[in-house]
Amino acid sequence: MSRKGLHLKLEELKTELAQVKGLEIAIGRIIEEEWAEPVGPTPFPTLASLREWDLKLLKKYRPMYLPYCDVCCLCTMGKCDLSKGKLGACGLDISKQQSRVVLLACCIGAATHTGHARHLVEHLIEKYGPDYPIDVGRSVGVEVEAPVTRLVCGVRPKTLGDLEEILDYLETQIVHLLSSTHTGQEGDELDFESKVFHAGMIDQVGMEIADIAQISAFNLPRADPNAPLADIGLGTVDTSKPVILVIGHNVPPSVEIIDYLERNGLHDKVEVTGICCTAHDITRYEPRAKIIGPISWQLRYVRSGVPDVIVVDEQCIRADILVEAQKIRAPVIASSEKNCLGLADRTEDPVEEIVSDLAGGKSPGALILNPEKVGEVAVKTAFQVYPVRGKFKVIPEINELIGEARRCTRCNECRRACPNNLPIPEAVGEAATGNLTGLANLYDLCIGCGRCESACPNHIRVHSLIVKGSERKIREEKYKVRVGRGPIQDVEIRNVGAPIVLGEIPGVVALVGCANYPEGGIEVAEIAEEFLKRRYIVVASGCSAMSIAAYKNEEGKTLYEAYPGTFEAGGLVNVGSCVSNSHIAGAAIKIANIFAKRNLRANYEEIADYIHNRVGAVGLAWGAITQKAASIASGFWRLGVPVVVGPHGSKYRRMLLGRRDHEEDWYVYDARTGNRVYAGPAPEHLFYAAETKEEAMVMMAKLCLRPNDTSKGRMIKLANYIDMHRKFYGVMPDDIPQYVRRESEIPVTMKDEIVKILKESGWQEKPTPDPTLLPRLVGVKR
Amino acid sequence: MMRSEPWQTAEIPGPVRALTILKPEVAVSAINRSKHPIIVVGHEAVETELEDAKPIDYAIRIADSTEAQVVATAHIIGEFISRGFKRAYWMSILDIANRLKDPGWGGLDGKGQYDLALFMGIPYYMEWVTLSSLKHYAPHLKTISIDRFHQPHATWSFPNITLKDWQKQLEAIATQLERK
Repeated sequence: MSRKGLHLKLEELKTELAQVKGLEIAIGRIIEEEWAEPVGPTPFPTLASLREWDLKLLKKYRPMYLPYCDVCCLCTMGKCDLSKGKLGACGLDISKQQSRVVLLACCIGAATHTGHARHLVEHLIEKYGPDYPIDVGRSVGVEVEAPVTRLVCGVRPKTLGDLEEILDYLETQIVHLLSSTHTGQEGDELDFESKVFHAGMIDQVGMEIADIAQISAFNLPRADPNAPLADIGLGTVDTSKPVILVIGHNVPPSVEIIDYLERNGLHDKVEVTGICCTAHDITRYEPRAKIIGPISWQLRYVRSGVPDVIVVDEQCIRADILVEAQKIRAPVIASSEKNCLGLADRTEDPVEEIVSDLAGGKSPGALILNPEKVGEVAVKTAFQVYPVRGKFKVIPEINELIGEARRCTRCNECRRACPNNLPIPEAVGEAATGNLTGLANLYDLCIGCGRCESACPNHIRVHSLIVKGSERKIREEKYKVRVGRGPIQDVEIRNVGAPIVLGEIPGVVALVGCANYPEGGIEVAEIAEEFLKRRYIVVASGCSAMSIAAYKNEEGKTLYEAYPGTFEAGGLVNVGSCVSNSHIAGAAIKIANIFAKRNLRANYEEIADYIHNRVGAVGLAWGAITQKAASIASGFWRLGVPVVVGPHGSKYRRMLLGRRDHEEDWYVYDARTGNRVYAGPAPEHLFYAAETKEEAMVMMAKLCLRPNDTSKGRMIKLANYIDMHRKFYGVMPDDIPQYVRRESEIPVTMKDEIVKILKESGWQEKPTPDPTLLPRLVGVKR
Repeated sequence: MMRSEPWQTAEIPGPVRALTILKPEVAVSAINRSKHPIIVVGHEAVETELEDAKPIDYAIRIADSTEAQVVATAHIIGEFISRGFKRAYWMSILDIANRLKDPGWGGLDGKGQYDLALFMGIPYYMEWVTLSSLKHYAPHLKTISIDRFHQPHATWSFPNITLKDWQKQLEAIATQLERK
């Protein structure tokens, strides 16, 4: 298993000093003797180890570049004009430049999750020791504790200490990947794309390390389908108490806040509220904590004046959070060296001194790089600040609002700055007459970026006006979310493995990512409900998991109350925060391993081939914003799992699109015969931006089709795809003949119509292969 | 609001920018010169209300008078059919753009690649990157944005205009083509 090439194995060694039997050593690591599974071909893969696999995928799903602009401005020879086939000063063309930028984004994403994991693991080792065991659900039979790590690295981490070596590997890979974006390194767009996939794979391991470490050490739900329900929404906060707001992704400081409250019997005296993934993770730790909402809820919640102290850790925190906090006189505690916010380092100062400075207004905030101290300072400060602040807010009163609205000259600068081109001037114009309806309508569509305010030449506090106009809605924001359950149980995989692979469960759809929604978060809930009703397995994480909660059905129940949290047909599975996305990949990997008995250990290519051809899974990041979202998606691409993004996702500069009119792209090997067999365009795309939620849903249903589907499975999948197409488009899809392989696959309720379509198209029966893209798997008995 | 600059203020295109359509004759002339035109219509063409019409209605009039082929993106194909326009194809904006940049593509009618593509009703930023892609990768193709916000990656585009002026322009283009 040595990745350095030196591998020493001694059956028996006798010396004067000692007698050794069965010793096996590799540079940098000791082979684990008791794991019987053989080491696969790619332990700890480097940049080019899986290049051939990547190129196979990229031949089917060719990059379509969508340049933002014509130039490159990354070095001092630039800016370089790359339009009309021109080359930059370094020789790069527009395609290579786009793929390079995609790689940069994915490196940022992978580095962020891996850096997160590193800080978390170091903290947990300091607190619990390196021998603290990894346990993500042993009591419920989770034996494959780290499927992504096993697959990629070929090792089984047993303790927190074991995770450090894996992190060393990830960090090395990220350094090499990032270095390949330097001027004069990589010179081919497909090789850049292969490295994008590598970054995504590294990212998945980093996420898994972070989540299994925190699940184990903080005792978060361990693969628990019945994880408790927590409150979510601005309206759930008890404002008669001091309120602490935590924002970010790295949960130790928030855990210490909870622990301090617990130790001092203060739990019912303080509200702990969260935004973004720290909110997910704090409710996994203590379900009485409350989630306010996704990343885009920061401005509206802070300006509401409800939080008395704001604690930030890392990732997705507004860069102006200190300025916004000062407006409402709430001190800020920064707790990560990645996000110091210009604050003085008070880590070594006495608690009482820091609290006094913060509560007395002497300092607007403090940098405290000790989570335990953050917990104590945050709570003590909240108690002192609470009576003084009196929930001071910067949302204008109604007469102020009208006065500000009257300053609007309808110059349209706000609208031109708005990512969603919202009709802000019209709403502000109405507000000037006292009618707040337009503002309230904007609230549901607003992603809370605040660009409208920055753009306004008359300094109208547009976002605050929108919040004021929506006070009633905000009070009614009271929902329930099932807290993140972590991994999928091995037994759940055994139960659904066959129906997923055979196609009888029509698909697994994963709703993940951020909150840059084109038409508000409710669309994510509507998409989830559509697939739940059709008995797909719906998995959720991050901001999307929150948005799903912010919707009630006809019975007044949120989807988390209406559907079970089990990984089964019709189940709604919130795995947790961003780093919990690794469990979604993990579930697909475990299907190949536990259900299909494929070797997992360092056997990436074969497992990805299995997933790509047999596991009908698709991801949707409807509001993807960040570089992390890009790297999360790229991890799924390397596994052959398609990802759909919302229209804003087109700004990622590149899609990976199949061409169903290119028949030659859709051949696979039949593993039984070795024949090359046409398997149809399934899945048709690997990375795809949809214009509307209707388009996204129909495409998701189609992207669940796989070459391996049995006739019954294909019929079920086609029934859903065709039915959704008719429901949302009003017509039958035009590609039915490409997906029906034999008559038994025609959905019964549409038989006459489809038979007619097939007849008119000259359709002929097609074989159903035992599909693989890897010739070396032909004839391998299983 | 008659400015030839990007509607979204931060969107800076680069050195190659659209020619501005100040008179409808410019668009009419380009369409008339085209041997094989196509119109790509997005969902906003049915969501935007004009006086007594929607933008999709103008797309249909232009298509009827030129025999240009029509691609309905997103989920609006049914809107064409319900208006009695039967010859629209469904394809996503990415799929049609991906084919438009392929010199070997046979077209929807099997008559080969198109030489002119008109765009309407795609979300501004999505149309932006789509037109950019075509600008860079489809040298055989001219593009016209007939939306009301300026698209500098197109070959020709309206400036940023009001709904009222936009309707006037669309009406003039459709009427002139119908007169042909």
